[in-house]
Amino acid sequence: MSAHQPLPEPQAATQPARQSWWVIRGELSRGAIWGLAAAGLILPLLVWWAYTAAGLANPMFMPGPDAVLARVGRWWSDEGLLADIGISVYRVMTGFLLSALFALPLGLYIGTYRPVQAFLEPLTDFIRYMPAVAFIPLVMLWVGIDESSKVLIIFIGTFFQMVLMVAEDVRRVPMAQIEAAQTMGASRSEIVKLVILPSARPALLDTLRITCGWAWTYLVVAELVAANSGLGYAILKAQRYMQTDKIFAGIILIGVIGLLTDQAFRWLGRAAFPWLKR
Amino acid sequence: MAVENSSGAKIRIRQVSKVFKTRNREVQALQDINLDIQRNEFITFVGASGCGKSTLLRSIGGLEQHSRGEILLDGRAVTGPGIDRAMVFQHYSLYPWLNVMQNIKFCRQLKVVSDTVKTDGDIEVASGRADALLNLMGLSAFHQAYPNQLSGGMQQRVAIARALMPKPEILLMDEPFGALDAQTREVMHDLIRHVHRLEKSTILFVTHDVEEAIYLGGRVVLMAPRPGRIDTIYDVPLPAERNQDMKLSAEFLTLKREILARIRETSGMSTDLELLEQLTRTQPAAL
Ligand SMILES: Nc1ncnc2c1ncn2[C@@H]1O[C@H](COP(=O)(O)OP(=O)(O)OP(=O)(O)O)[C@@H](O)[C@H]1O
Ligand SMILES: [Mg+2]
Repeated sequence: MSAHQPLPEPQAATQPARQSWWVIRGELSRGAIWGLAAAGLILPLLVWWAYTAAGLANPMFMPGPDAVLARVGRWWSDEGLLADIGISVYRVMTGFLLSALFALPLGLYIGTYRPVQAFLEPLTDFIRYMPAVAFIPLVMLWVGIDESSKVLIIFIGTFFQMVLMVAEDVRRVPMAQIEAAQTMGASRSEIVKLVILPSARPALLDTLRITCGWAWTYLVVAELVAANSGLGYAILKAQRYMQTDKIFAGIILIGVIGLLTDQAFRWLGRAAFPWLKR
Repeated sequence: MAVENSSGAKIRIRQVSKVFKTRNREVQALQDINLDIQRNEFITFVGASGCGKSTLLRSIGGLEQHSRGEILLDGRAVTGPGIDRAMVFQHYSLYPWLNVMQNIKFCRQLKVVSDTVKTDGDIEVASGRADALLNLMGLSAFHQAYPNQLSGGMQQRVAIARALMPKPEILLMDEPFGALDAQTREVMHDLIRHVHRLEKSTILFVTHDVEEAIYLGGRVVLMAPRPGRIDTIYDVPLPAERNQDMKLSAEFLTLKREILARIRETSGMSTDLELLEQLTRTQPAAL
């Protein structure tokens, strides 16, 4: 027989449980996350401001944040910033959506059926390694320098990568999920529609988010070479007139637009896939 | 062994062999397997790792193509997976984007199933079945939860309910409780026996836990590796109605000891033990 031992009196906690920030893959409060993110963005801005305000830089080559901000204002009011943003966003979105329109089904087939994979993947892999930028002269020869050339360059830059990433996302769908459907008598098309696609959706959205970022890179390349409008073109023109503040403004604006798009994708993911969080 | 009258067998396995060919070698996963399984039988499979238990189960399920021999269900050869055979895997194969109820009802979106459901009455029956399974599994409070909000035992219960939904005649279970703790496992054992009685299904159950195999099975098939084959088939000397106390009975323990000893003999582990003894004997001298 074991006698019950009296439990020790509960003691008042002398010190709160220690919380360390340096836990591997640890959790962090929302406030701390926002605070750190803001600090990470503001700190370089402060350094930049202090450096230029102290007169350490030649404003001709490196304007301060105040000058850049003033330039953004003037660009907006007098130099048609909205139109520049509009045409750039339009080009990125057209190229990117066109890319997605073809890459999604193609990647789905490559990732699902071995023969398609064996047939198309090496070719896609090969083209992917050809620098999209090097296609620009060819594109200009073939389609000239109208809107479609910019869209085409973005398409070439993102499409082949996207196909391979989509195929990989589809291949990552656990075999157990597919086999479970098979043992319930699902047909091939039902498995694709009811298992593979829904299962891969979060990964696919992530792929779109990442390739959308690349689309912006190729947009600027296209506009630097073959355009007379848009943010990339504005940056190039600013160089000709030694408007360093406008170059800075253009680069930062593209960064801001990219960041916003990225956040929009993440938000969409959280809203569309509530089952991902515990 | 126990089955003489094989003409009425639900599943007949005749001379089934399976060879896996990988780049530089061939693995004889199954060799000349012969086995008859009766309707409404609960048969369990044990054996050393790699003896082909999963391969056999997957072949019956139609997920794996056997190289030779034939598997007959009610006299018809297996050519692929089908709605008459449900499978429960060790690793949770639930659909994380569907909640518990949607997972259980998954098969109703499939053409093979929806074709059988035509009238409003059929739909009502099907819905009733989903609710009944949810209750049977003790999950009614969680019908809207997503799989990753459930414990491992609950997830596996959802997987079983989903497998049972289309009223399969045969239930194939491959170490379904392998990842669960001992207490949850006991609960699941009684649950699955209850299901077996209720649904009159034929259950093939693979495990590496001999106690589990004896407690659940009417027969225990012991398989041996390299090449994968059936070594011995044991009849379990326990009444059809089981309870946890029987695990302490003399018959149970004797059979358990016998099977464990046989697994050790067939697994090639004994030679490993000899090697180990040799090592420990020679070590002081070597040092
Ligand atoms: N897809 C495959 N490709 C090549 N070899 C395989 C494949 N699947 C299984 N094997 C081999 O076939 C043999 C039997 O495997 P199987 O998974 O059926 O064993 P098991 O009895 O289920 O083992 P465990 O108890 O570890 O689950 C093993 O030697 C394994 O390596
Ligand atoms: Mg196995």
